[in-house]
Amino acid sequence: MKRIYLDYASTTPVDKRVFEAMKPYFSDDFENASALYSGAQKTKQAIENSRAATAKFLNCSSDEVVFTSGGTESDNLAIFGSLKTFKKGHIITTIIEHPAVLEPLKELEKRGFDVTYLKPGKSGIITVKQVKDALRSDTLLVSIMYANNEIGTIQPIKEISKVIRNFKNSQLAIRNSQLDIYPLFHTDACQATGYLNMNVVDLGVDLLTLNGSKIYAPKGVGVLFIKQGIKISPLMLGGEQEMGLRAGTENVSSIVGLSKALSIISKKDYIHEKKLQDYLISKLLKINNIRLNGSIKRLPNNINISVEGIEGESLVLYLDRKGIEIATGSACSSKSLEPSRIITAISNEEIAHSSLRITIGRFTTRAELDIFLKEFKDSVYKLREMSAL
Amino acid sequence: MTTNDVMDLKGEGWLYSSIVEDHFFAPRNVMKDTLDPKDYNAYGEVGARACGDIMKIWLKIENDKIVDFKWKTFGCASAIASTSILSEMATGMNVDDAYNISASDIVEALGGLPKRKIHCSILGDQGLRSAIDNYRTTKS
Repeated sequence: MKRIYLDYASTTPVDKRVFEAMKPYFSDDFENASALYSGAQKTKQAIENSRAATAKFLNCSSDEVVFTSGGTESDNLAIFGSLKTFKKGHIITTIIEHPAVLEPLKELEKRGFDVTYLKPGKSGIITVKQVKDALRSDTLLVSIMYANNEIGTIQPIKEISKVIRNFKNSQLAIRNSQLDIYPLFHTDACQATGYLNMNVVDLGVDLLTLNGSKIYAPKGVGVLFIKQGIKISPLMLGGEQEMGLRAGTENVSSIVGLSKALSIISKKDYIHEKKLQDYLISKLLKINNIRLNGSIKRLPNNINISVEGIEGESLVLYLDRKGIEIATGSACSSKSLEPSRIITAISNEEIAHSSLRITIGRFTTRAELDIFLKEFKDSVYKLREMSAL
Repeated sequence: MTTNDVMDLKGEGWLYSSIVEDHFFAPRNVMKDTLDPKDYNAYGEVGARACGDIMKIWLKIENDKIVDFKWKTFGCASAIASTSILSEMATGMNVDDAYNISASDIVEALGGLPKRKIHCSILGDQGLRSAIDNYRTTKS
């Protein structure tokens, strides 16, 4: 049975061009980049070329790019690393962040920090005013995702950074000058990378997380952009790699793969996926009692719906039997047996139990979506027939 | 008896046992729209929408014996499979015996359930008791 993969927001396959670019760095050019001999210089060069390409993609300088093991590590480094020298203080975030942001912040709460969790309305979008109102003289960090992983909604990062900048300026006269750079602004851009403006100067962010496994690079590689002048302490100790910010022998092949993946990103993907998204949403909303979760102002790859009368896990398993791979926010599918925090936040638990996330990508075709639609309708019919709702 | 999260008892790579899979994809005794609830003399309901599981059970009881068992369930695979297998277990039983069917009886009949899914089967025995209670109340 041919599988139809519609879970690109979870992870992407490695693009063959990316894999080709990575190949030399496994068995041929494998030397440890920290060594002195010329073979090692070659790997060192490959890393630095990748860093320069990544910096170009983000419109920053090479020494602002730190390679990590992925989005989770980048988020952890941004949060714990930037607040290491503080014992307390205030942090602003949203309740729709990825656990890689929320869990470190919960840990900081336990250690004595005060965290404000902003809640979006039905649209799934945080307003600039919410951030403005939450800022305090002791705010050290604002961490707000660029685009949401479940509903794909896009947060106004550029506008938020402007509000933070204005706030900083207003505090200059009253604050200890050592705190001039705070609050720092971090954004988790893992989902946004392939689609949105990633120019860090435009965005006005201090820290930005990027993940290889969402952009057709391999799993296990990511980036943290750290603006010059931001003080960060490493989480991993035991080597001077990555400007002392990330100890450990560099994952050369994956770093090369990540920069190659960034170079392949193009407007063509956006247009291709937007067309398919429009098509799929219009077809799905024609089916009885199906609603779109979150604003339409979202990434072109994301469709999140709730199917009334059906519990998400059941539908995922019915479709899996037909070779179709999608995700759900239902409680039954999660280890914690809690329904999606994000869908619950923008609507309610009942809608979360019935939610499905369909995410398309570079290799999705209209023919695949037509097969999906046919099987989807069939499964919905069967499950609704036995549903007690 | 429980299975772990990714393997069934035979070690096959499915979240649930093959019995659960069978009942989930080919459920028995569903209360279809073509059937008339008026033909059944007992009705039970358990669960809450916010928890993600709701079960409705219709029974036809003759001389204290369950001769027909129909159901509708909103829930995950284990909730659906639990009700389906329960409908087979209870059909033909005397109401007093059926009243004693426990959650673990259902789990055992299903060939095990992942630990965190056990609560779905608890819903099944409760639903059946609620229907039998309904029968006893209307009878007396």
